[in-house]
Amino acid sequence: MSDDLGLWTVLLAVIGGAIRVSTPFLFVSLGETLTERSGRINLGLEGTLVFGAMAAYATAVMTESPWAGVAVAGLAGGVFGLLHGFICRFPRVNDVAVGIALMLFGSGLAFFLGKPFIQPSAPPLPAIPFGFWSDLPQVQAALRVNVLFLVGAALSVALWWGFRNTKAGLIVRVVGDSADAARAMGYDVDRVRWLATAAGGVLAGIGGAYLSLYYPGSWNEGISSGQGLMAVALVIFARWNPLACFGAALLFGGAGALGPALQSVGISQGYYLFYAAPYVLTLALLIATSSPDRALAGAPGELSLK
Amino acid sequence: MSTSADTTALPLAEPHASAGLQLRAWLARRAEVVAIPVGAVIVGFLLFSLFLLALGKSPLAFLDLVWRGGFGSPFALQNSLQRAAPLLFAALCVALPARLGLVVIGGEGAIVLGGLAAAAAAIPLQGAPPFLAVPLMALAAALAGAAWIGGVGALRAYRGVNETIASLLMSYIAIALANHMIEAVLRDPASLNKPSTPPIGEAFAVGPLPGLDVHWGLGIGVLACLLAYGLTERTTLGFAARIAGGNVRAAQIQGLPVGRLVVGFTALGGACAALAGFFEVTAVHGNANASLNAGFGYTGILVAFLARQNPLAILPVAFLLGGIEASSGLIQRRMQLPDATVLVLEGLLFLVVLTSETLYGRFKPFNPHLWAEKRETAA
Repeated sequence: MSDDLGLWTVLLAVIGGAIRVSTPFLFVSLGETLTERSGRINLGLEGTLVFGAMAAYATAVMTESPWAGVAVAGLAGGVFGLLHGFICRFPRVNDVAVGIALMLFGSGLAFFLGKPFIQPSAPPLPAIPFGFWSDLPQVQAALRVNVLFLVGAALSVALWWGFRNTKAGLIVRVVGDSADAARAMGYDVDRVRWLATAAGGVLAGIGGAYLSLYYPGSWNEGISSGQGLMAVALVIFARWNPLACFGAALLFGGAGALGPALQSVGISQGYYLFYAAPYVLTLALLIATSSPDRALAGAPGELSLK
Repeated sequence: MSTSADTTALPLAEPHASAGLQLRAWLARRAEVVAIPVGAVIVGFLLFSLFLLALGKSPLAFLDLVWRGGFGSPFALQNSLQRAAPLLFAALCVALPARLGLVVIGGEGAIVLGGLAAAAAAIPLQGAPPFLAVPLMALAAALAGAAWIGGVGALRAYRGVNETIASLLMSYIAIALANHMIEAVLRDPASLNKPSTPPIGEAFAVGPLPGLDVHWGLGIGVLACLLAYGLTERTTLGFAARIAGGNVRAAQIQGLPVGRLVVGFTALGGACAALAGFFEVTAVHGNANASLNAGFGYTGILVAFLARQNPLAILPVAFLLGGIEASSGLIQRRMQLPDATVLVLEGLLFLVVLTSETLYGRFKPFNPHLWAEKRETAA
């Protein structure tokens, strides 16, 4: 009987964890989808995520408003996106390498500016208790859903719809699939990619705000540890489809929650190996969905991601 | 990916040009690959100075401390060289695959695994003669690194998996694996505060270079860079790798074994990075612990890109960055700046250097093919 309860506890914790952990993945992968659909790859979103986390936390500490933190994080993320887009406009500059540089620069700058904010505590983002109907505390804990998760879910539907049905969505797709065609139609390819990268940065910055203001809900230098990069890999797995990003983010969140969930029922052996689970899952999915013939189904034609 | 788009494809000066003009043309092209990165580093420092000024700190005081902490005294110089040693290996892990147009950024994982493999190999080898055991430990490290990064290469070559993302994921997995081994499986029960593997013992410790206070990792690292230069610039293998990096299809039509080249070069890069871990364990820490994961792999990426993936250029660049990192402690104490200051500077340098890629072939003094145009228009 107690084994049974343990299993249920783990399952509930994984479901709750999937909802809790997935939000940053969701925001970063939606941002990256937008950028990559325009034909550019921004590996620097890992740095943007970390910087967003720091900026949100610092702002929330100083203004005592978590939403101001979210706004500043989004703004800062947008600036990083603008920087990436600006540098990549020059001929013969490699967007993947610039992403790596921004990854290091963003984290470095965040660590530098964030030093004074490791100690103080910031007001968290509000959550909605969807588990109010249950008496079990585990159920209540699992179903406490943060507002940003719902925003992200709505955003993935909106982006999916927007790519298909709006003029802006069409322009981004044309620019991403064939720069020549877009130029022939009279669109400024560089500017569209610049804006798409900036918008992607805004989303990644908001994802960072979730990290520091809700879960895990503090600012420290190890706060992201590669989640931004996993989200980029997740985009490939989700085939550049915002709706699939939502599902993939939940899956990744669940994998990330597995370690802490097992620990909560007393299984602490091999803790570090469970900690590696999301990375292993990402790699496995990447291997399973890649193909030696180079052409990935659904990939934007101009993408330098081979 | 056209990371290090080589500019050597420019036409030579006209065949009937005088020997003097040809020499000048040759010098000009050589000067370009030195002048642009040096200029980029200067611009990076200027931007960083603006950052410091915005914080109310003096850039001149900063430069003075970098000089004193990294280069200004024999002690500082040896400290810088000591830090440059792992950077040499880590940069090779980026530069060798870059010959094939690959961007591998997971060197950190290979360093950690290499250090762990060396420490693990030392356990059964206890009591064996050091001249046998130490090379075996190095071999264990190199094999671990070669398998790890070579595995990334194999995934790239045979499954089409993006090597940049895969190598970083593999790096996180390697670090988790190493943490598990250090904290649980191979943990020395005597290491209470800082979990670590059993000490490798005095007998297996790698000593300093003759007459210096810097361990052998520097000597072997310099040698590795020279060998890598020879391999990439002076052998058919290196030439084949460069063709495959430029145009995969053309290389396949030529009958080059592209897959094996990719696996070979990535494995070699991984083995190099792992040797950095080997020397950290055998010459610095004496066991494998969490300090292996000190960020050398990430700084190595910057070194390789600053050196434009040229193994010879890695030598001065690693020395420069080793010096900057060596002065970090002094800067923290004297200027009350956090330890991440160096990260900000490195990030800025990285961005400026990448942006400067766009300048190659644009300046007339460096580009003989533009001289001819000038004379034509003048005539």
